[in-house]
Amino acid sequence: MSVSTQDQSGFGRSGLSRMGAVGAALIALAALMVADLVTGPAGLPLYDVLQGLRDGPSGENRRLATILWHLRMPQTLMAALVGCALGIAGLMMQTILNNPLASPYTLGFSAAAGFGAATVILFGAALPVALWIGVPLAAFAATLTAAGLVYLVARYRGAAPETLVLAGIAVLFLFQSLQSLLQFMAAPEVLQQIVFWLFGSLLKATWTSVQVLGGILLLTLPLIAREVWNLTSLRLGDGNAASLGLNVDALRRRVLMLVALLTAGAVSFTGTIGFVGLIAPHVGRAMVGEDHRFGLPMAGIMGAVVLVAASVTGKLISPGAVIPVGIITAIAGIPMLLGVILMKGTK
Amino acid sequence: MSLILSDFTVRAGRKCLLHIDSLTLPSTGLVGVIGPNGAGKSTLLRALAGLVPHGGTKHLEGAWPQPSQIGFLPQGFAVSAAMTVAECVLLGRRERLGWRITADDRTEVARVLALLDLSVLATARMDRLSGGQQQRVLLAQRLLRNPRLLILDEPTSALDLHHQLEVLNHLRTLAQDILVIAALHDLTLAGRFTDHLVLINNGRLGAASAPGQVLVANCLDPVYSIRSELLPDRHNSPVVVAHRVD
Repeated sequence: MSVSTQDQSGFGRSGLSRMGAVGAALIALAALMVADLVTGPAGLPLYDVLQGLRDGPSGENRRLATILWHLRMPQTLMAALVGCALGIAGLMMQTILNNPLASPYTLGFSAAAGFGAATVILFGAALPVALWIGVPLAAFAATLTAAGLVYLVARYRGAAPETLVLAGIAVLFLFQSLQSLLQFMAAPEVLQQIVFWLFGSLLKATWTSVQVLGGILLLTLPLIAREVWNLTSLRLGDGNAASLGLNVDALRRRVLMLVALLTAGAVSFTGTIGFVGLIAPHVGRAMVGEDHRFGLPMAGIMGAVVLVAASVTGKLISPGAVIPVGIITAIAGIPMLLGVILMKGTK
Repeated sequence: MSLILSDFTVRAGRKCLLHIDSLTLPSTGLVGVIGPNGAGKSTLLRALAGLVPHGGTKHLEGAWPQPSQIGFLPQGFAVSAAMTVAECVLLGRRERLGWRITADDRTEVARVLALLDLSVLATARMDRLSGGQQQRVLLAQRLLRNPRLLILDEPTSALDLHHQLEVLNHLRTLAQDILVIAALHDLTLAGRFTDHLVLINNGRLGAASAPGQVLVANCLDPVYSIRSELLPDRHNSPVVVAHRVD
């Protein structure tokens, strides 16, 4: 999996081979996205899908155009975007917490999103907005609220990893408890809706959600790009990074808010999709090393690969009734994780 | 011109960790900071590096250097990241790095690696180096910043005897042009290599002078709670042998 030719100056795998690894991962992603478009209950063959892609959304074959452009394409794009957002957010979280077990959900953001969504699902009838817009809005707002709480603690007490994790655990339990309370209060059919949302599913994807998450990525990526050397420096440890003139606390707070935005954008439309944000950074690092110039794009691409692969797997397991992708991500991602562990063991 | 500290104070809440009424050091040269554990050596160095707030004033030839002109190597430096030595050293010019690593970046990294006899380790992974090797790599990283002021907290603590002498020799060479301040535990080496010694005890300045005037029994014995024996050697600085006080 690893493309590793070190040049003699010692700058890790040469930029060219790392670009090669990124390129190979992009090709794999593109192939998986086509596979995802081909797979589904309607059973479109590859030729028809390619034809439909050429014809565009207003193609003459209305059945093909509707299935491809209105049903499958938003789900496939959403899978790639959500995976990308969670992969990048996961790597940033692992770096700022200096913890390989961290993920975008470590600080309670997913619990907060779940609470926000559950609130609107439960009280939706009394609200002036439709569920399809109210649920993601509430999930988004709750995630940012959770991030704001952690940020305030970090602002007041410093942003050491232990402080962030403790504050995050407090936020996690707070929102989990509130979410449980709502579930306890809910009628059985409402409870079923809440649980389905929590599973995480691409069926909720629409062109609107694709545009919103795409917009969030476009907004945050330039800000993330400015931090690549700072994040790489943080891998030397707090003491070393600070002695290189890096304001470690300020960096953590900035990155925390970027993670919050990416995570909020990802979970608010699809629900909680686990495992991607944990595994993608590990696979990415194994392929391109610690340099975040390559690590962050690779984590994003590998996140997209895992989630699109999970989507394909889910449709193959149960062609008639699509299994929520949140259930499948671990099944699709574990072979990659095992591959990384085995490769590390043989070095 | 010189480095001048006046009414220099570091506090943790209400507790005063360090207070120096007045201290003047030369603007170039190798200054050793000595003192027992917990005396305040690291506090002084961290405050000089700008990593902890302090009261009072500090000047080096008029103004204090910008953070990018200060190289600080702290204690507790272990690096667990799986990056190469060259990649690690490159981060010494973090503020100046663009998306592409330039030829100038590579040349400068090769220069400081050669300076510290580390060229053969350029492709080695940091997480697989010994503590002493990591310490030398991180020193090379600080040198990449071309610092005006180099502050080192026990830079020889993890090194074998050969590399202790190598590093101190490098520091002496550097100290011809810049000011190098290093906390040292080995009093014999401190006496042999430094131009000036600052003795810290209980957060206060115990002595500050040429090594020959600080490494004397009436300075060392009460501070370290030892009975010191100072043996002459050919380097014109004493070999310090410590005996327990019964």
